[in-house]
Amino acid sequence: MAGPVQSIERAAAILRLLAGGPRRLGLGEVAASLGLAKGTTHGILRTLQHVDFVEQDAATGKYQLGAALLHLGTSYLDVNELRSRSINWADALAARSGEAVRLGTPLEGRVLVVHHVFRPDDTLQTLDVGSLLPLHASSLGKVLLAFGTAPMESALESGLDAYTRHTLATPEELGRALAEVRDVGWAAEVQEMSMGEAAVAAPIRGHGGLVVGAIGLSGPVERICHGQGRPRPNLITLLREAARAISRDLGAARW
Amino acid sequence: MVARYVLSIDQGTNSTRCILFDHHGRMVSVAQRVHQQHFPRPGWVEHDAVEIWRNLQRLVPVALSDAGAGADEVAAVGIANQRETTVLWDRRTGVPLDRAIVWQDTRTASLVDDLRQRPGEEFFLERCSLPPSTYFSALRIRWLFDHVSGLEQRAKDGEVLFGTMESWLIWNLTGGVNGGLHITDATNASRTMLMNIRTLTWDEELLAFFGVPRTMLPEIRSSAERYGEARSVLPGVGITAALGDQQAALFGQTCFSPGEAKCTYGTGSFLLLNTGTDVVRSRHGLLTTVAYQIGDRPPVYALEGSIAVTGSLVQWFRDRLGLISSAPEIETLALTVEDNGGCYIVPAFSGLFAPRWRSDARGVIVGLTSYITKGHLARAVLEATGWQTREVVDAMNADSSVALKQLKVDGGMTADNLLMQFVADVLDVPVVRPMVAETVSLGAAYAAGLAAGYWPDLEVLRRNWHRAAQWMPDMDPGRREAEYDNWQRAVERSLGWMRPPGSP
Repeated sequence: MAGPVQSIERAAAILRLLAGGPRRLGLGEVAASLGLAKGTTHGILRTLQHVDFVEQDAATGKYQLGAALLHLGTSYLDVNELRSRSINWADALAARSGEAVRLGTPLEGRVLVVHHVFRPDDTLQTLDVGSLLPLHASSLGKVLLAFGTAPMESALESGLDAYTRHTLATPEELGRALAEVRDVGWAAEVQEMSMGEAAVAAPIRGHGGLVVGAIGLSGPVERICHGQGRPRPNLITLLREAARAISRDLGAARW
Repeated sequence: MVARYVLSIDQGTNSTRCILFDHHGRMVSVAQRVHQQHFPRPGWVEHDAVEIWRNLQRLVPVALSDAGAGADEVAAVGIANQRETTVLWDRRTGVPLDRAIVWQDTRTASLVDDLRQRPGEEFFLERCSLPPSTYFSALRIRWLFDHVSGLEQRAKDGEVLFGTMESWLIWNLTGGVNGGLHITDATNASRTMLMNIRTLTWDEELLAFFGVPRTMLPEIRSSAERYGEARSVLPGVGITAALGDQQAALFGQTCFSPGEAKCTYGTGSFLLLNTGTDVVRSRHGLLTTVAYQIGDRPPVYALEGSIAVTGSLVQWFRDRLGLISSAPEIETLALTVEDNGGCYIVPAFSGLFAPRWRSDARGVIVGLTSYITKGHLARAVLEATGWQTREVVDAMNADSSVALKQLKVDGGMTADNLLMQFVADVLDVPVVRPMVAETVSLGAAYAAGLAAGYWPDLEVLRRNWHRAAQWMPDMDPGRREAEYDNWQRAVERSLGWMRPPGSP
């Protein structure tokens, strides 16, 4: 086990210092107060600013705590912003895969559909932005559960209703499935919400790799899956490319 | 090598983009470069035409290499461009005489006032179907002649060439000083105030009126035909289309039949309605413009209504009022309340444009009570875009024989679900968003591919169009009428706020 990470200790000290007084502080004041070199201090302040924990006054260049710190418990990415930033990639995914695309974020123990792109065949389809899906019986929900965006407790509180005989209706089954999702990096749902339907989903990551939502493809089981009831690898490839592209746009470094 | 792609060049106001499209009309690669905006004086906006040409030279290889494609795999090149932006250059050296004057530039405002007085709007409307406005290129040429000594004479002597951005780029692509083609297309020429809207040729009376010598003007060609081959950047590839950006978006949305319309929602918004081969003269404040002309077929016309302030109202809400930190959050804030709470915002920041054209109007917020929250204001911001769209559509329905049956939308604001639903609600027609958001680039690609035989006909292009989303009207008719009435009463309160200088 490694010891404490020095830069994180220093970042915490800077936050405590800025939280201590009502006044904004300049770079020199922060460095002098903590006995750090200006260069080091500047690097840490810049990073804290990047994650919105610190704000710099445009006129004076002085620093104060960022608004994001006040809302640490709530989602830091507005769902409408998520849609706006994803829209071109989601369109491209629908065009290339030939299937409908949805984006989801957690809301009170369910998955909120925040964006929906029709399957590109011009059949009659209804926009279902704003509708809610079960966490345990949707591929979007499984991604949100697997990567900690939605807490497992919230899924259990909502109840693991068995929609079909394929639904993962016990905490044990669900837990095993989520471990696999974390392993492979995507989730599938095959006839678990309604017979004849299937879906796959992958995580959308923001700064630092935090999963902020999920993007998925859905359609009739014979289009999403091949003969053995497993999702088609080409769809998974397209899906993960789109998820990575959105994540890069949102500031995730390595995905 | 089989031609696998069409290359589209979108020379826009802020950036130049090159996009490769495949047979299905899907984007294969995108390369983009921003150019500098110059603001030498209040109201002046300029671009460096050389910078834009250099950007294009760099972008094309990037777009090709991103797709792993060679120039021999490109069937054709099409250009869409910011309209009306004016560049003059030296025929012998190929060097621009000065920076290009951008469509937003208002230096010709006093000339506009003069022309409205004398000879009056009717003189222009009869010939080019445009009323005098700071947008159009002819006024800029006149302004330059009046302010740059010796320029008018040099132009008369044939030393100077005029073009909008597509002319400048095509001239350079096809050899520049070594025999470059000096051409424009009918859509771009229809925004100069120099082209006769019926004959699609330079109008002798307008040329004489503005004192523009014929020798400096490009040849007017159709929007989709083989103009010539590129000699640099993509040697040997045919340049086969040019359209103004809003017309390109109409084409990319495959609005090929009379009665089909699109609205591009951006900083401002542009609604164009295909009126077929008839020149429809608007009696309700809209512009008549050429939508496209394919080869030697008859030109197709459009009615255009532009709304000055739509997305920019959201930006104002974000940057000036600071009530949201990003534009999409307007929707989140608006959803914190059920309705507008009786509050209306009329964003007449620099007067009202189509269809009212009232320069004496200024913005108002009406219906304020102690009940109103920032959520209600956010609603009123979004609803202002909806009602302004409704006013333009009403004008179009009044001018045109076919009523609008659905509205195709594109642009950044189409990500706003609440707004798109509201537009459907107040227009009482379905609003549909296509799967390719880049309709401007797609339109240029479609026109180019059509002329090059990459796509056989318009029907194939129609089949490439796919619905990504659709919003159905869902508002009680009584409520729609009552709300529209409130909006119109709000607009009345914005009128006449600005007074001529010196009045009490």
